[in-house]
Amino acid sequence: MRNPHIHRRDLLMGAAAMAPMVMAGRAFAAPQAGSRLLVVFLRGAYDAVNIVVPSTSDFYRQSRPTIALPRPDPANPDAPLPLDADWALHPALKDSILPLWQAKQIAFVPFAGTDDMSRSHFETQDTIELGQPVGGHRDYGSGFMARLADILGTGEKPIAFTDQLPLCFRGGDDPIPNLALANVGKPIDQRQATLIQSMYAGHPDLARSVSEGFTVRDTVYKTLDQEMKAASRGAVSAKGFALSAQRIGTLMRDRFNLAFVDVGGWDTHVNQGGATGYLADRIGDLGRGLAGFAQAIGPEAWRSTTVVVVSEFGRTFRENGDRGTDHGHGSIYWVMGGGVSGGRMAGEQVPLSAATLNQNRDLPVLTDYRALIGGLVGRQFGLSASRLAPLFPDSRTTDLRLI
Amino acid sequence: MARIACLGMMVPALLAAAPASAADAARDAAWAERLGWGPSAAADGGPAPGSDAWLRHQLSDPPAPLPPAAQAQIDAMRISRERVAALVVETDAMQRDLKAITDPDQRKAARQAYQKTLNGLADEARQRFVLRALYSPDQLRERMTWFWFNHFNVQAGKRDIRAMVGDYEETIRAHALGRYRDLLEATLRHPAMLRYLDNDQNAKGKINENYAREIMELHSMGVGSGYSQQDVQELARILTGVGVDQKPDAPKLKPELQPLYQRAGLFEFNPARHDFGTKHFLGHEIKGSGFAEVEQALDLIADSPATAHHVSLRIATYFMGDTPPPALVDRMAAKFRQSHGDIAQVLRTMIRSREFGGAATGGFKEPVGYTLSAVRLAYGGRDVTNAKPIINWMRQMGEGLYDHETPDGYDLSSAAWSGPGQMATRFDIARQIGGGAARLFQSPDAAPDAPPPPSPPPLLKDSPVIAARMATLGKPTLAALGQARSPAEWNSLYFSSPEFMHR
Repeated sequence: MRNPHIHRRDLLMGAAAMAPMVMAGRAFAAPQAGSRLLVVFLRGAYDAVNIVVPSTSDFYRQSRPTIALPRPDPANPDAPLPLDADWALHPALKDSILPLWQAKQIAFVPFAGTDDMSRSHFETQDTIELGQPVGGHRDYGSGFMARLADILGTGEKPIAFTDQLPLCFRGGDDPIPNLALANVGKPIDQRQATLIQSMYAGHPDLARSVSEGFTVRDTVYKTLDQEMKAASRGAVSAKGFALSAQRIGTLMRDRFNLAFVDVGGWDTHVNQGGATGYLADRIGDLGRGLAGFAQAIGPEAWRSTTVVVVSEFGRTFRENGDRGTDHGHGSIYWVMGGGVSGGRMAGEQVPLSAATLNQNRDLPVLTDYRALIGGLVGRQFGLSASRLAPLFPDSRTTDLRLI
Repeated sequence: MARIACLGMMVPALLAAAPASAADAARDAAWAERLGWGPSAAADGGPAPGSDAWLRHQLSDPPAPLPPAAQAQIDAMRISRERVAALVVETDAMQRDLKAITDPDQRKAARQAYQKTLNGLADEARQRFVLRALYSPDQLRERMTWFWFNHFNVQAGKRDIRAMVGDYEETIRAHALGRYRDLLEATLRHPAMLRYLDNDQNAKGKINENYAREIMELHSMGVGSGYSQQDVQELARILTGVGVDQKPDAPKLKPELQPLYQRAGLFEFNPARHDFGTKHFLGHEIKGSGFAEVEQALDLIADSPATAHHVSLRIATYFMGDTPPPALVDRMAAKFRQSHGDIAQVLRTMIRSREFGGAATGGFKEPVGYTLSAVRLAYGGRDVTNAKPIINWMRQMGEGLYDHETPDGYDLSSAAWSGPGQMATRFDIARQIGGGAARLFQSPDAAPDAPPPPSPPPLLKDSPVIAARMATLGKPTLAALGQARSPAEWNSLYFSSPEFMHR
């Protein structure tokens, strides 16, 4: 199927929503089985324990004299909101994430992360996105989301909502589209698009990237056309991540089922704040965005959607000299979705004390991210162990029965 | 310097001096792509690109003047007329004053004025960067300035770095072809870096590791090259007291500390904030002595074989694409060590290598390089009076100037920029540049909805650079160009072609 002209025309005739459109080997149509996965990457290593707070730990408050959140207290608006006997949620997530917890549609996995001890943002982000064993030779041409797309085969509809193609989506059998949702513009005139594609016919690296680019631009533009027209007439529209997340919800309801988005700005070495302040503002935005995503995707699609929120590592358990935190190790991941068995803290845990910290500095990792995501994906997409094997080579899955 | 800069004199591409032969022209254009921001619509005289005299000039002569029209734009900027310290003191005072205003409307207005001033300073720096990239005869220095800025990345949006970013780039430009050790220290002494990576907050008993870690990981040795978490912590201790001060007077210090105090512009080393204990760094003992410890640490870092290799690999990747030949990188690293980090010598080793000369292209163009090369080719002979559209195009493609949030800088690999969504955006921009890009010739103060002056698309097809390149274009590209219905469409297609995506 290498005649992009025909398929573009079909697409423009409005058949896209119903009939599968095969463009450069990839189908674009409403998801069949309906399973959807969104990976949200918090780049910069978010300070997990100030968001999902070990609220009964005195050690926590002693370690963070200025930034710790107080004990849960219904009378105190700055206090975290109890999740269970040991953990509580940052108050900035009260209206967005807490209702999901109460509906048992979100679980938190504390002590989660990688076995990468470099504490380098970039090294560890790469570690996660590549999903290859630490210490071996790295193949930068094979990200785990791209491998998942390949395992699932021709029915999958992957996309990265980023302005660059992230490492996790590089190296698939077919090029995976990326699109920054803030930049969606009217697609180029069809005649010129056809001429441009003709120049790339047979180009080893770029031919499919180019045709995929035109297709995805058309697809997204059509889906978001109404919303963009409303926005351009001055309708109040969400901003920043909240806007992107809503748009992602709309697009994943109808068009895509395997998606990635990243949110930066979590590297809080200085003045990160506590119940209010910099980190509270950011996490509030994130929570509103994710709640908006769940709403936009709609109740039906939400039932078969899983959202996994990860970050490259946690931060020092103790605050640093500048009312912030430095690079640490274990983090707390989020798993949410209409079909998630949530309302609980999942995975292995240890009591927090100086003795249980990793290198007397940060959280140990007890749930490996590869085992966690492998287990989730296996259940969600019904993949046998042998089909799942290439996703995270040399890794065992952990089935936390979250789906 | 017998270079005749005939840029900026409204010389249409067609009238640029014809080179001796089409083969010469193609070769000159290839050098301009590989080592500069691409061939310009204006010929710039001087020795033939690639010749020894040309390389000597590019690597060692002092910078040549810009064309007068571009220079006049730069001279009129605040960042040219005022010292960075004065700009920072002024904007800092604005911020302090607005905090004291109680009336909400007045306070809002004052905050907007403060943000506008800061944004204006960063925008001036961006425009200056673009003007130099478009018109400077010192194209290799300009390429290297961008390379090093990205290597020692700071983000303008953090704190008040917008007021400093222009000066930071100037500092880098001055050292771009000099010694790595000097460049490293120049970035360390710059308030933009100290603010960006929080070292202005790093003090004895209040350690902040952020900058220490990135020096090791990103700026010098590279992650996994042998330093430890312990080394990072020790370097953070060595860097205590290195910070920024914008107050007019030095702090009050005990008499024994006064001789150790250092101040240069906004840079400050405050011994009262320094940890004078003994440190163990990269296998060496460093005795507490004040800023001399930083010098010692930088010597160790700059002399490390890991640094020579890491920096050489980055340079080779930048100029040669994703996988530069390892043997060449090793020779560059050997030259780095032998010359004590002489960047020009490392570059010469690469440029004069068999591998560089034999490579078909210099890799996939990142958005900044793509935009600049298209604008130089289309409009390098005209005076761009408004660089803002150029700045916006780079931003739309995900590589805005001084916008990268994290200290790793923008990705050097082609896969980061050639994804489907990015290609589609690139073709939109190709159409705008090819179609006349009238807003480039608008007054920079024009209202956003004001109609731009008429700007017919350039007749790119007839330019000598293109004429020389036609023979190198593939059949599909020639066939598509043959179907163009207008000069604007011809240009857009050329700028959208696979050949133009590569250096």
